[in-house]
Amino acid sequence: MSDQMLSPDHPSVVFACRNLRVFVKDGDNEKLIVRGVDLTVRRGEKHALMGPNGSGKSTLAAALMGHPSYRVEGDIWLEGERVDTLEPHERARRGLFLSFQYPVAVPGVTVANFLRASLAARRGAEIPVRAFRQELNEAFATMSIDPSFITRYLNDGFSGGEKKKLEILQMLLLKPSFSLLDETDSGLDIDALKIVSEGINLASGPQNGLLLVTHYQRILNHVQPDVVHVFMNGHLVRTGGMELVSALEERGYDWLADEAAVAEGSRA
Amino acid sequence: MSRDEELAVAAAVDARAARSAELTSLNDDYTAKYGFHDPEDYFLKAPKGLDHEVVEMISRKKNEPDWMRAIRHAALETFLAKPMPRWGNQEALAGIDFENIHYYIKPKGEQASDWNDVPDQIKRTFDRLGVPEAERKFLAGVTAQYESEVVYHSIREDLTKLGVIFMDMDSALREHPEIVRKWFGKIIPTNDNKFSALNTAVWSGGSFIYVPKGVKVDIPLQAYFRINAENMGQFERTLIIADEDSSVHYIEGCTAPTYSSDSLHSAVVELVALDRARIRYTTIQNWSTNVYNLVTKRAHAHTDAVVEWVDGNLGSKLTMKYPAIVLLGERAHGEVLSIAFAGNGQHQDAGAKMTHAAPNTTSRIVSKSISKGEGRSSYRGLVKVNRGAKGCKTSVECDALLIGEHAVSDTYPTMDVAESDVRVEHEARVSKVGEEQLFYLQSRGLDPDKARLMIVNGFIEPFVKELPMEYAVELNRLIELEMEGSVG
Ligand SMILES: Nc1ncnc2c1ncn2[C@@H]1O[C@H](COP(=O)(O)OP(=O)(O)OP(=O)(O)O)[C@@H](O)[C@H]1O
Ligand SMILES: [Mg+2]
Repeated sequence: MSDQMLSPDHPSVVFACRNLRVFVKDGDNEKLIVRGVDLTVRRGEKHALMGPNGSGKSTLAAALMGHPSYRVEGDIWLEGERVDTLEPHERARRGLFLSFQYPVAVPGVTVANFLRASLAARRGAEIPVRAFRQELNEAFATMSIDPSFITRYLNDGFSGGEKKKLEILQMLLLKPSFSLLDETDSGLDIDALKIVSEGINLASGPQNGLLLVTHYQRILNHVQPDVVHVFMNGHLVRTGGMELVSALEERGYDWLADEAAVAEGSRA
Repeated sequence: MSRDEELAVAAAVDARAARSAELTSLNDDYTAKYGFHDPEDYFLKAPKGLDHEVVEMISRKKNEPDWMRAIRHAALETFLAKPMPRWGNQEALAGIDFENIHYYIKPKGEQASDWNDVPDQIKRTFDRLGVPEAERKFLAGVTAQYESEVVYHSIREDLTKLGVIFMDMDSALREHPEIVRKWFGKIIPTNDNKFSALNTAVWSGGSFIYVPKGVKVDIPLQAYFRINAENMGQFERTLIIADEDSSVHYIEGCTAPTYSSDSLHSAVVELVALDRARIRYTTIQNWSTNVYNLVTKRAHAHTDAVVEWVDGNLGSKLTMKYPAIVLLGERAHGEVLSIAFAGNGQHQDAGAKMTHAAPNTTSRIVSKSISKGEGRSSYRGLVKVNRGAKGCKTSVECDALLIGEHAVSDTYPTMDVAESDVRVEHEARVSKVGEEQLFYLQSRGLDPDKARLMIVNGFIEPFVKELPMEYAVELNRLIELEMEGSVG
């Protein structure tokens, strides 16, 4: 696509990576999981990323956020600046966000304390208690999360769906410029899926962008991505629109295996 | 959202967080906040070392009855004859130089019941530690001990009218000799261990509390123990008796200056909860890292009584402390809830002892330890169920959190169960501050120090929430101070 021609520091680009390669430790060796990904997301765009289990989607998302257990080669750009040497919290403060496929529990830390600290970090200033309360009330109402969760310990004993809702609630509060959403729809019932989708849409605007990793069409019908990528074996093998999604629903991934092989070859 | 829900939200936006923000400038370290010391200006300072002459001198100065003097001299013999405990950190224990310690120091001035009558310098010290302020805000009575003697003491008048006695042990021996004589050394005999013998020989100060039948003291009583001199030995002696159907919550706090050579703190604390009485004993100790803290604490819980030790151990060079409860009467309940934080060069050897001596008694031990850098923490616990103590229930939970590659934790749980009709639960976990938790918090903008602190404070939250708010805030702050600096 012509987007790939856009320079990553072009003002209309909110997020980009170039020739991104991600390695994990595998005994004494390294294993290459993400094998050279180029991605350009313009302001206001929603991208979807689909691909088979184990193809490296979560690895890609976590590496973009700066997970310490990966070695990463290539450039990562956020709002016109390189962020690939920054630590995760520095990326977060600049507006990068990751909704986790499996959010981890932090026992003993209340949701309220955690949210207040992360908001302060993102905004660079303590939030007055009163104003914070107000914001929390609204966000909990928007996400239809019972206010009693505010005093619960972070993700501790939360159901799968509750965790995902809280991820999107954080997205709403932190107002990231670019969000990586890793299977935020997995494990959601029909109502929760709707709430989560609406939350995502609410958090999206003309200035920011997102990359939504999913296995299913359902959430894409709600979120209406502008661009759909197919990811296989560490490569983006095909990029298109919603029509790609229906093709995948019908035919699975096999028919793209050739393209995956070509992608592999061109990198070799 | 309903009004109620909004209120829930408001309450949740942790009062504690707001409180701690308003309370602190968090960059001070132990030395600045607690580690300062006053110039030495004493009424009497015993020469270093321990013999019958020192014991005699202490007893004579205090004008004690003969029976107490005899107990002291006998205890000294026991101390000299007894070997060091064979458990715990042998190397650190061997490092105690009993000849290099002052066993008794009496500050100037008489015991006061008005802070204005406390000698200026000592008053300033307790001001800096926030004791008078705490008293004004949320305590029903306070004693403040400086070196060997209690320098300040007060109790709310309404409690006195109800017959509650709260004073230092020396005064109790003078004013209520019959109660003291009845219970002194009955829960923890002189020869229990080397350090209980030492305390019995040279004890000075400590608290005495008697709560009459049916009286419920609903606001905490507090004692604050301060060591000031170098190479000081502090040996307070505390005895709390809660008569039938009464209840009391007692809190002790301890600090000392930072010196390059060692001091010794060796207390003996005896509790008696008579039928249906309830005692909660909360400790927040934050000794400087030159203090050996070797304390013996034990409680007797009679029929339907409840005893809870809430024990927070920070600081010190070596702490050995295993609060014990003997469940003597049917359906008595005992709890030991403790945390220990071991930083570089520190060893926290703490735990609990629970003896089920009657049927249908229940107990719970929750021990949490944090080792950071090259710190080491050990859990040492004993749960004993005597023959005939049918229908008992006990649960033991120990969690250790390690920060850094060199931190150490070990557990020595012992179960000694002589009865078959008993329910025993035991769980032990050791975890590292998890990479995934750190990454999660970092991905939300928290820097690694802040994230680690949050995880640690979360880890001890089940303990902290048992504390009155002011102490909870203080403990979170102390942990924050401990977490500063390199992981090593
Ligand atoms: N630390 C690691 N060590 C070894 N292999 C790893 C490591 N992390 C990821 N992998 C492997 O990398 C591959 C990609 O995993 P990843 O979780 O990114 O897949 P995914 O596309 O998100 O799959 P799913 O759709 O099931 O969530 C898998 O084969 C996985 O086992
Ligand atoms: Mg995945």
